[in-house]
Amino acid sequence: MIATLVQLALLFGGLSLLAFGGGTGVLPDMQRAAVDAHHWLTGPEFLDFFAISRAAPGPGSLIVVLIGQKAAGLAGALVSFAAMFGPSCALVYFAARVWHRAAHAAWRALLERALAPVAIGLTFASGLALIRGTEHGWVAYAVTTVATLTFAFTKLHPLALLAGGAVVLLLAG
Amino acid sequence: MGNREPSRPSLASLFAAFVSIGIMSFGGGLAAWIRREVVQRRGWMDDQQFLSGYALSQLVPGATNVNLSVFIGTHLRGAAGAVAALVGLTALPVAIVLALGAIYLHSRGMLGGALFSTALTGMGAVAIGLNLGTGIRLGRLHIRRLMPILVTAVIAISIGVLGFRLLHVLAVMLPVSLALAWLEQRQ
Repeated sequence: MIATLVQLALLFGGLSLLAFGGGTGVLPDMQRAAVDAHHWLTGPEFLDFFAISRAAPGPGSLIVVLIGQKAAGLAGALVSFAAMFGPSCALVYFAARVWHRAAHAAWRALLERALAPVAIGLTFASGLALIRGTEHGWVAYAVTTVATLTFAFTKLHPLALLAGGAVVLLLAG
Repeated sequence: MGNREPSRPSLASLFAAFVSIGIMSFGGGLAAWIRREVVQRRGWMDDQQFLSGYALSQLVPGATNVNLSVFIGTHLRGAAGAVAALVGLTALPVAIVLALGAIYLHSRGMLGGALFSTALTGMGAVAIGLNLGTGIRLGRLHIRRLMPILVTAVIAISIGVLGFRLLHVLAVMLPVSLALAWLEQRQ
């Protein structure tokens, strides 16, 4: 039990600092370690856990608490959470402090101007990469397209869109 | 944007905002929710601050939207704000994900289990649309010149469609965007 908790902490603590570009980049490594090396869960279970964590509220990286729960119960879930988010959040905290202190610095204004198109590009990229990374059927493409345009050009509440998406897939299936 | 001085929230209202973001955000649409709450509804930041925080959050390893929440919390209320944002954002989703995981493990092979995963697929498809829709909204608001449009398009396509590594793309495009912003400023 303790050994498993230590393994969870080491695995996710390491991945936390390697997860450049968000949580999805380390998923292949995570799968290899959790499924093939430690046998905490099967390959299909990993994919289903991924779907649950992506469709449930909160960040997709919460897949780590499902893996931790499967491996070592509630303690495993909590250790996995702390290991996955602790190191990266500490880094962000220090970066944000530097940023905050430079409120009126010329370099920050320049950087803000330069980062805006980069951030918007990354927003599109994350959506497009998610489509590429899942088995997107034509119904799902249609749902994604309608949701994109509706969210961009109307004030319809996102929760209504999410409920609609679930209903459309249930009816189509 | 940026004309009015953003107000500084109390720790309690910061926490409450991130609880509502955490509970209402499904799938990949988190940045859309965070912007909606923090910029549009509450006016704690303007779009430029939000976007720079969003880009910084991508430069640091870790889940982007968790990083963004910690950035916003730190920006508004320091270390306590960072903790309030992180705990507020994740506490309920962790409980929900664990409950869904338990339901999943017990409902496998039953009809309810199949319906459950179909509904999850539909919500995931919408969540992707929320991301793309946010990109369209922000682009319409903040990108007017040709060169920034090209920067946005190159990043979106190279990572999102062609599958280039984020680190490689940023290593090229960040200096390009900085140089363009610097040239524009000098004019």
